[in-house]
Amino acid sequence: MKRSVGHLNAVRYSAYLFLAPALSAIALFFVVPVLAALVMSFTDFDIYALADFDMLRFVGLRNYAELIDNPLFWKALSNTFYFVLVGGPLSVVVSLGAALLVNARLARFKSLFRTVYFLPVVTTLVAVAVMWRYFYHPRFGLLNYMLSFVGVDPIDWLGDPGWAMPAIIILAIWKNFGYNMLIFVAGLQNIPDQLYEAARIDGAGFIQTFREITLPMLAPTTVFIVVITMIGYFQLFAEPYVMTQGGPLYSTFSIVMLMYDQGFRWWDMGYAAAVAFVLFFLILLGTIVQLRIQRAAMT
Amino acid sequence: MNRTLAQTLLHVALLAGVVLTLTPMLWMLSASFMSLGEASVFPPRFLPEHPTLEHYARLFTQLHIGRYFFNSAITSVLVTVIALLVNSMAGYAFAKLRFPGRDRFFRALLAAMVVPAQVTMLPLFLMMKNLGFVNSYVGILIPGLASVFGIFLIRQFTMSIPDSLIEAARIDGASEIRIYRELILPLLRPILVTLGLFTFISTWNDFLWPLIIMKDDSMYTLPVALANLSGEHEQDAELMMAGSVITILPVMLIFLLFQKEYVRGIMIGGVKE
Repeated sequence: MKRSVGHLNAVRYSAYLFLAPALSAIALFFVVPVLAALVMSFTDFDIYALADFDMLRFVGLRNYAELIDNPLFWKALSNTFYFVLVGGPLSVVVSLGAALLVNARLARFKSLFRTVYFLPVVTTLVAVAVMWRYFYHPRFGLLNYMLSFVGVDPIDWLGDPGWAMPAIIILAIWKNFGYNMLIFVAGLQNIPDQLYEAARIDGAGFIQTFREITLPMLAPTTVFIVVITMIGYFQLFAEPYVMTQGGPLYSTFSIVMLMYDQGFRWWDMGYAAAVAFVLFFLILLGTIVQLRIQRAAMT
Repeated sequence: MNRTLAQTLLHVALLAGVVLTLTPMLWMLSASFMSLGEASVFPPRFLPEHPTLEHYARLFTQLHIGRYFFNSAITSVLVTVIALLVNSMAGYAFAKLRFPGRDRFFRALLAAMVVPAQVTMLPLFLMMKNLGFVNSYVGILIPGLASVFGIFLIRQFTMSIPDSLIEAARIDGASEIRIYRELILPLLRPILVTLGLFTFISTWNDFLWPLIIMKDDSMYTLPVALANLSGEHEQDAELMMAGSVITILPVMLIFLLFQKEYVRGIMIGGVKE
């Protein structure tokens, strides 16, 4: 069909019209704030500037230099990396395990199991964090009680600096595994049956089939899952805020908690903006590394 | 391995997963009906001896949870309605209306998803403060108005609508707005339900932004109120469990009613490369 220039112009203008609300919201409330945060991170924006913008001074890289000198920043950074690098992979492995179980050929009531496993995903994080605090109670908590039957001595989950982060990781796995499980199930269902058929004819066992067929075929799905899990886990905040307030001994204090404390408790917003940009930089770096690994593995 | 044995082992593992998943939630529900102090005994009880509604009653009569529930409900509904309208318009434009640089622009939007929302929150708070929107429903719903994920979801779904349908409507002389309203929107119904569920549930569950923007007790949403209460009433396990049940129940019921529509969103989101 031949289209007139006037017609194409009409389509183009209506496109701009349709995009205007969404794009102006994104520009005003996302792009501008991101740029403003970058500028802010080079200023001494504090409680005085909050009252009067004339008090604002550019300080160059001072906020970043102060961060590097702040032991609490390094503590928050290492805690966040602990959560991302231990909690992230564990979450992905549990999701994959659950996906293999609910998708197994011999499994019955598959959709029922899938639904139950997914339930924690839609729950309110703050509410389950409140609830898990009692679940983790060293004396009255259900978890220590159940563990006592397999001979485990009571653990002071949230009171022991060595156990607090593992406790938060367990909660995060419980809360999140169902989401990635569903994406893994979709990935599994996209693997052609003929591949498994061929493996069976070749006499491959369960483990060999899993290693030679399932895992390589799931690689793109896995990269996607690892990236979104990592991005999410870098933003750790509500669990320690509710369960430990970052303690004991700052063992669960995260980067976002540092940003929140500096920015919204002490109103040291220039400094907090620098923290936010460190977070952004880490997420960007992590994403680029993952995508590089994927590209290298493809070729 | 024997087939029956394999099947039995598989189901034992599946059931173990169900126990691990449900135990914390069922205990929360059960403890919310226990009388004061009953959830803090050794050995732990699984069921209340004399079930009581006193904690629910106290939450509503003394601790204003009805007010927080209303705040959560109104913000979640408002964000959902606005986000559906705004994102569906943009998603449709990216899928079906040609303009120069469209696909490059869309990819740039997707790439922006690596910027964590926390980066925006400091300037956004200042912006809201200067506009007088701190402690207001407007302030809380601003960051949720448009979302790249929402636009993406609508765009993917809209691409499956045949161009010939739209072309035919144009030849009939329908305006672009009318095409969107009377042809596209009805066809988008399934994905609008999906996006609506995602938006509602994530707004309901959201914590950091409401914590920042709602400074006044009467404007708290449920998660903010709950986090606050749990500091003051740490010893009242049963009360806190009742508060958690009230917070979780609405989103859980909505999910159970519409799970097929909800899961579709994860599938579309999950296949993107």
